[in-house]
Amino acid sequence: MKINKVKTGIIAAAVGMASLISTPTVMAADAQYIGSLVYRTGPYAPGGIPWADGFADYINLLNERDGGINGVKLNLEECDTAYNTDKGVECYERLKNNGPTGMPAVMPLSTGITYALLDRVVADKIPLITSGYGRADAADGTIFPYVFVPPATYWGGADIAINYMASEEGGYDNLKGKKIALVYHDSAYGKEPIKTLEALAGKHGFELSLFPVPHPGLEQKATWLKIGRQLRPDYVLMYGWGVMNATAIKEAAAVNFPREKFIGIWWSGNDVDMVPAGKAAVGYKSLQFNGVGADFDVHKMIKQVLYANGKGSADSEAGIGEVAYNRGLQSAVLLTEALQGAMNEFGNKPVTGEQVQWALDRLDIDEARLKAIGAEGLFDPIKLSCADHLGKGRAKITQWDGTQWKAITDWIQPNNEMLDVMYKESAAAYAKEKGITPRACN
Amino acid sequence: MFYREAGEFKASYKADQAILPIRQDRWFIWAILAIAFLVIPTVSSDYWLGTIMLPFLILALAALGLNVLTGYAGQLSLGTGGFMATGAFAAYKLATMFPGMHILLVLLFSGTITAGVGILFGIPSLRIKGFYLAVATLASQFFLIWMFNKFGWFTNYSSSGVITAPPMAAIGDVLVTGAYATVTAKYLFTLSIVTLLALITKNLVRSNIGREWMAVRDMDIAAEIIGIKMLPTKLKAFAYSSFLCGIAGALWAFVHTGSVEPLAFDVNRSFQILFMIIIGGLGSIMGAFLGAAFIVLLPIFLSNAPHWFGLDIPVDLISHIEAMVFGALIIFFLIVEPHGLARLWQITKEKLRLWPFPY
Repeated sequence: MKINKVKTGIIAAAVGMASLISTPTVMAADAQYIGSLVYRTGPYAPGGIPWADGFADYINLLNERDGGINGVKLNLEECDTAYNTDKGVECYERLKNNGPTGMPAVMPLSTGITYALLDRVVADKIPLITSGYGRADAADGTIFPYVFVPPATYWGGADIAINYMASEEGGYDNLKGKKIALVYHDSAYGKEPIKTLEALAGKHGFELSLFPVPHPGLEQKATWLKIGRQLRPDYVLMYGWGVMNATAIKEAAAVNFPREKFIGIWWSGNDVDMVPAGKAAVGYKSLQFNGVGADFDVHKMIKQVLYANGKGSADSEAGIGEVAYNRGLQSAVLLTEALQGAMNEFGNKPVTGEQVQWALDRLDIDEARLKAIGAEGLFDPIKLSCADHLGKGRAKITQWDGTQWKAITDWIQPNNEMLDVMYKESAAAYAKEKGITPRACN
Repeated sequence: MFYREAGEFKASYKADQAILPIRQDRWFIWAILAIAFLVIPTVSSDYWLGTIMLPFLILALAALGLNVLTGYAGQLSLGTGGFMATGAFAAYKLATMFPGMHILLVLLFSGTITAGVGILFGIPSLRIKGFYLAVATLASQFFLIWMFNKFGWFTNYSSSGVITAPPMAAIGDVLVTGAYATVTAKYLFTLSIVTLLALITKNLVRSNIGREWMAVRDMDIAAEIIGIKMLPTKLKAFAYSSFLCGIAGALWAFVHTGSVEPLAFDVNRSFQILFMIIIGGLGSIMGAFLGAAFIVLLPIFLSNAPHWFGLDIPVDLISHIEAMVFGALIIFFLIVEPHGLARLWQITKEKLRLWPFPY
């Protein structure tokens, strides 16, 4: 009797599982393998799901519409990290040798995982692409041959934010004596801009105050009382993450700090962070390293080719064009363009990480190419070189109108002369610590 | 039948006091060591060695450290993550300040520094006990992480507060840290250290120090009455426990990931290690290893299993199933054997002894 019950239970569970299983994808031996680290679960899943959908949609679009890249089908496999570093490392190790040539590049989508992979990618010869996160000094390709940071870095982001504040005030000269507060997630990520801001404060004579917020950032009452009642800064810059963003905006509203003077880095500029803040978020500004909106050609194509045929990754079309979705698209474009570059050089067959690194060192996505992709204006053109693993590093300022982001500036260029020196200095310190000999770039 | 010690006579005190007085146990341990040192490195892939065995060994060492404190000496601690971070940052500072220092010395000194920090945070244990002590050690967790984040000196003023391990060799020019260290070298290096420290710990808990710890754990007033001094006994437990956790943290940062930020040792890490010893078995060396195996290996197994059976399940669903099955198994094991997996192992041994005539 008891055994029977167990048996029925097992059968029921098996049937239940079977019904959940979608049709297995056919794996062709001559398909290009793409491993993707995503976080569709865990505390940050609301921002991770649209990214993963955008990434998968673009790969599927290429497969459905063009039959892959140069006739080579793309075979995408996801691994869920739940934004957990241990899991992320495990995912990377599990996927890196899959497919005929292994993983062509890795995009870990988390600063913690990025740091944990820095050593490994060098040994495995797999490019690490960190779009808008990770180590800013990896812009120096001579010391980080396998790390790529387009389209922007945290340091560049800080400079762009100050640049925008200066233009609001009518020039850098007017920043003198102004008070700027940095509210940041107290982690490796949040601390990245401090050195840049301190350098800029010295140069332009504004007063910088630092407000670290401990993870996860649900408790910011004291921080904002100090900002709103005591310090009363002219601008607040935020490097927040996850639930910290919405909390900060609500607290800013509570102390009546003008949202128009409150600017977040791109990770504080997700749609999912604005919606919970409700009306409090109206007028809040954020940097974006991609354009905003859902009516670019690439979006139309995805709707037409994928969603009209029930092949979209997301459950509905509603998420298309969210900031995180567009970032997923952008990462997919970066990767597939590099794959194409590698195939053009090494033949139309699956390429290795080393070949993709070669292509990334020469990556050039110009306006014409973006137009062909259907993303003109959605992304900034990117041109990399052996020594420069960043590109222009430009970003836009966008403003939340209560339902969506509106771009209020064109691409803003950071002060790359100053930043290059800082990148080089920091990378050189890293190289010294790790005993790395910079490669020659000519 | 398989585990009958009848007929094994001991003719000397030395034989009677051996770590493993029963022949079968000795064979078992030698077999395990042979498998760990010889078979696993030759047959397993880099993925298995580097991603599964390495974190398992390092976390087992941390669990061993916590087990000394909580399982043997009865002092509940939630500061493991903080102590691991101390070990990692101490190792980083030592390795960058004295570039020529051998990695074994770096580990030894970082463990010693952590032991000092552990003693400092162990002082409140003289006045507070049980859950209250857990809260006091929780403070150490938050304080230490905050400190490493706050003061740039600990990270050599790196802008992000992340530390990275320089390449270091264990013997000759066999690298065990850095980008070019082979996984096998890393594994064997870690395994040797963990084996050695487990052996030292096993002997320590069998010595008078260990008996003092257990006396304090079982009833501190009685222990005090029979002449055990509370202050040195408890502080010794804190020191040795932190020593092990510090080495584990240094290994984690140097050998396993290569670069870490303080958040890698946040309070979740402390809980993870506490769960390891609760599930593995409090007050047991083997429990630390069994618990680490359960907590580290099972989720990896669960997330890989659908793939091995050729099922194509969306990744988010796998993650959710993994969390559900893992939670259910924890509850199942705690109901079946509240004293942990180590106790389950003991029961198995007793059954094997009676086999095939159970009663």
